[in-house]
Amino acid sequence: MPEAAKPGAGALAALKDAGGAALVAAALSFPIVALATVEDINQKLVLEQRWSWVVGAAAMVFVGRLATRAPGAAVVARWALFALAAVVAAYFVSASLDIDADWPAPLILAVIVGAAGFAALALSAPFSAASAARAKQRALRADLAARAGLLRFAGLAALVIFPLFALWLLGPQGSLKWINNYGIQILIYVMLGWGLNIVVGLAGLLDLGYVAFYAVGAYTYALLSTTYGWSFWICLPLAGIFAACWGILLGVPVLRLRGDYLAIVTLGFGEIIRVVLINWSDLTNGYAGVSSIPRVTFFGVPFIDDDSGFAARFGLEFSPIHRTIFLFYLILALALLTNAATLRLRRLPIGRAWEALREDEIACRSLGINTVNTKLTAFALGAGFAGFAGAFFAVRQNFVSPESFTFPESATILAIVVLGGMGSQLGVAAAAFALIGGMEMLRELDFLKQIFGDGFDPAQYRMLVFGLAMVTMMIWKPRGVVSSRAPSIFLKTRAAVSGDHVGEGRG
Amino acid sequence: MTAPLLSMRGVETRYGNILALRGVDIDVEPGEIVAMIGANGAGKSTVMMTVFGDPRASAGSITFDGRDITRMATHEIARLGLAQSPEGRRVFARMSVRENLRMGAAVNGSAHYAEDLEKMFAIFPRLKERADQRGGTLSGGEQQMLAIARALMSRPRLLMLDEPSLGLAPLVVKLIFDVIADLNKRQGLTVFLVEQNAYHALRLAHRAYVLVNGAVSMQGAGRDLLARPEIRAAYLEGGH
Repeated sequence: MPEAAKPGAGALAALKDAGGAALVAAALSFPIVALATVEDINQKLVLEQRWSWVVGAAAMVFVGRLATRAPGAAVVARWALFALAAVVAAYFVSASLDIDADWPAPLILAVIVGAAGFAALALSAPFSAASAARAKQRALRADLAARAGLLRFAGLAALVIFPLFALWLLGPQGSLKWINNYGIQILIYVMLGWGLNIVVGLAGLLDLGYVAFYAVGAYTYALLSTTYGWSFWICLPLAGIFAACWGILLGVPVLRLRGDYLAIVTLGFGEIIRVVLINWSDLTNGYAGVSSIPRVTFFGVPFIDDDSGFAARFGLEFSPIHRTIFLFYLILALALLTNAATLRLRRLPIGRAWEALREDEIACRSLGINTVNTKLTAFALGAGFAGFAGAFFAVRQNFVSPESFTFPESATILAIVVLGGMGSQLGVAAAAFALIGGMEMLRELDFLKQIFGDGFDPAQYRMLVFGLAMVTMMIWKPRGVVSSRAPSIFLKTRAAVSGDHVGEGRG
Repeated sequence: MTAPLLSMRGVETRYGNILALRGVDIDVEPGEIVAMIGANGAGKSTVMMTVFGDPRASAGSITFDGRDITRMATHEIARLGLAQSPEGRRVFARMSVRENLRMGAAVNGSAHYAEDLEKMFAIFPRLKERADQRGGTLSGGEQQMLAIARALMSRPRLLMLDEPSLGLAPLVVKLIFDVIADLNKRQGLTVFLVEQNAYHALRLAHRAYVLVNGAVSMQGAGRDLLARPEIRAAYLEGGH
């Protein structure tokens, strides 16, 4: 590249390009956001001008576009620019929500960060150096992939130690939030992600109504335990089996559908389950939900402050944290079960048939694969794991209502699978940690109130962060965090092939 | 004369209101290479797909080894010992060459898998070189080899090939046709292939059918057809 010699030239081109994008954004946002009709005090319609919004949108696009054009070496610059885009976005959203924000502080901050980012970009090494850095990065990534086994072991060990460590560090009061809101919450989504991964990632069947099976599992335990007093340990397998049956029930009518059509029908199915839960109030108690669901026991020993309770039996001082820690290990075990089952199945004929089905259904059939059974087992297994997770959800909350099983839940689980890289177990787990953990993390950002004013609630920005994560991924990792796929048959060494070398999957 | 391995009698196939096949009669004897040539849209691929039950014949009957397969599901037909290398090859793009071949052996489990895998690698040494590469990263010719090898992994009694020369370089086409001839000669494999490349197909085949507008218009020994002026005019003039 001729401009490789002059670092400034690349930056100038990037600047021009970003300016163009900003112009387009301004032109697009003009008719949509610049003018709004509002009712004034006299109940007359008046036009409200919102030029600051247009400027804000253009500024966001400008900065974001600039960040995407930054050469690979200028990682710092890139992230600085992203931080700027996020701040600008946060500011204008807060302005739009009428949150009492201080005008100059965020803007000054944004300008400083942006200027620093651009300076770093302009002064960054020439593009050739950037590509060398990229090659180095790639080598590093390959190295990481080679050590994935060690990584997995370390991750697992960390998870096992986590609740005890938190307890030791923060005491029963302080650790509750970390084990419950972070640990258990994330692991539920890891498990759901892994379950959906069977259907979407391996078998290639796009399911937008996955939360329905989660609901079936949750209500199975909720109703069986409150009506007949059945124990959690009996209901857990029942919830899985019952949800799997519903998976087959959904699977049969949609056998002939693929891709978009399948997605629409599964979306509808998810809604049907929710609407039935709302309206069949004789059974489900409608919107009010099922409450006082029996809590989890230590294989029959309840976690109560009593002589027959868990603490007394094991000579511990009673604390509600025991139950939480037990729930943590329970969901960890359930998630690992899902993972182990998936990894095992991938090496069996049925797992290979799922993947072949994802690649080419017609070729599959002509090789003697019964695609009907293959699809139904994928639906049933995926749904079964959601059923387990649902029963766990019910025993953890000791309350279920239809509101926990709305479409955004399905979308979140699907986003975890897509963000993680379809079919990759490690990627899905990482995405669940990043997405769910990240959203919880927003609650911890109270210090931002000092910048944006007291009315600022970072937790309201979860969808914004979600959207940013999606856009960022589309730009740099369009096939997910882990896009390589380890073959299920190999001779001596596993040669994972990067997703970049292969066309994107369809449907 | 022995009974034909595959026999189609008066087979009609419809796509909605359109009659794609108008009463096709075809016989494939054991140990033969039978070719079917025809222009674009004559219905060659439809013949192939109808044998596999997708789409299903609307009239007529298809028998394989004396068994009526007209109404059978595709995967059941495949389990009887019919294997196909479909049009457009349809290899599993994100699965490795080895996994693709493993899928080919799906009907008979892992009984002969290791042995057959070595056989395939002997027939197509290129596949051995590429064994752990993804199907989608192979060249067109290699994908065709993979599709044929995948079909052979089921130890079929009849191998059906849909346009194996499509979009391939002449040298690769020659290699693939040589392999087919060799398999037939040495192992007595019965082959039914559909081809647009009339020259190669007719030279290879013992017998051939010419399909025009969904009906067989001519049939005979491959070399005889190749010598006929009307065949030369319709399918071979202007190079092959």
